Amino acid sequence: MHDLIIIGAGPAGITASVYAARKRINTLVITGNIGGQAAWSGDIENYTGYQFITGPDLAAKFADHMRQYNIALIENEAVITIKKSGDVITVTTDKGSYDCRSLIIASGKRTRDLNVPGEKEYKNKGLTYCATCDGPLFSGKDVAVIGGGNSALDAALQLVNIANKVYIVNNVSSLGGDAIMREKLEANPKVAILNNSQVKAVLGDKFVKSIKVLTPEGEKELPVQGVFVEIGLIPNSEFAADIDKNKTGEIKVDSRNETSVPGIFAAGDVTDVPEKQIIIAAGEGSKAALNVFRYLSQHKF
Amino acid sequence: MARVTVYSTPTCPWCIRVKQFLAENNISFENYDVGSDQAKAEEMIRKSGQMGVPVIDIDGTIIVGFDKEKIKTALGLKNA
Repeated sequence: MHDLIIIGAGPAGITASVYAARKRINTLVITGNIGGQAAWSGDIENYTGYQFITGPDLAAKFADHMRQYNIALIENEAVITIKKSGDVITVTTDKGSYDCRSLIIASGKRTRDLNVPGEKEYKNKGLTYCATCDGPLFSGKDVAVIGGGNSALDAALQLVNIANKVYIVNNVSSLGGDAIMREKLEANPKVAILNNSQVKAVLGDKFVKSIKVLTPEGEKELPVQGVFVEIGLIPNSEFAADIDKNKTGEIKVDSRNETSVPGIFAAGDVTDVPEKQIIIAAGEGSKAALNVFRYLSQHKF
Repeated sequence: MARVTVYSTPTCPWCIRVKQFLAENNISFENYDVGSDQAKAEEMIRKSGQMGVPVIDIDGTIIVGFDKEKIKTALGLKNA
């Protein structure tokens, strides 16, 4: 029996584990991977203390920080259900089952699929969800970024340095995201922005050759070899069936990071806390761990 | 000793993890940056039939992604 299990090892989960270790809470971290979405980010210029750091480098620093403490860690496991009965919370994964007295859900978000014909067939055959990983393979090629938020702009900014031409296919009337990123893209002659446009299909033979896009001027076929899907994220909260969520599936937390179930806390992008930022996730993780410490010391088990 | 080739990009987190894993297990390997080496990028695509990185070639066994179990099996490593 652990005093605390943390689900997830992104910025929120890792920070929670460090705070828990420093409070000598007997902690187990269960996660699919280490670093979470931070490890997939491109250039980070707004994490205080670093004027510039890449996502993989910052994630590696987080992981090193966690390894300074003797924290039990299980990787490559996916949580299927969590259940509280009496004072015991049971976390069941695809490989085993673990009991604890308190829980922090820091399972983050994952990329949303396009749900168009060709998406599954051409995954990793020109279509990718990770510009940071696969971008360099599209050197000198024509590519399309699907989406208009910060992650799409980030992907497009990485790709303008690599690709020959970058289309941005955005389904609303103008790009969102930070003005500084938007302005850089709008000024770049390699970039073509298609607003009010939806991807209808991904086409090709063995690899992607084009995408079909519905634009206000009618249907167009864009000849591209790469498709980067950046249309937002959905919370990894399906396993938390008995916990209150908002309509987008984010776990509701109070100002102490506690969920609707006492003893179960949540932190980071999986929660309904507004603004998804690495620095916010990290801060929320520390807050959750401190409130777990309070919860454990106030309860007799 | 198995002949191990890693096809990777410098920026991809899973590529970094694969290389760390091999180094931790004292497996020597050749690494090709398919972002800058077009010929090796084509070799990787031909071998794996896809464009995602990392790709690991262990004596002709092609593994896509950081699949620790498959890598261990291909290398004959015991479970840690």
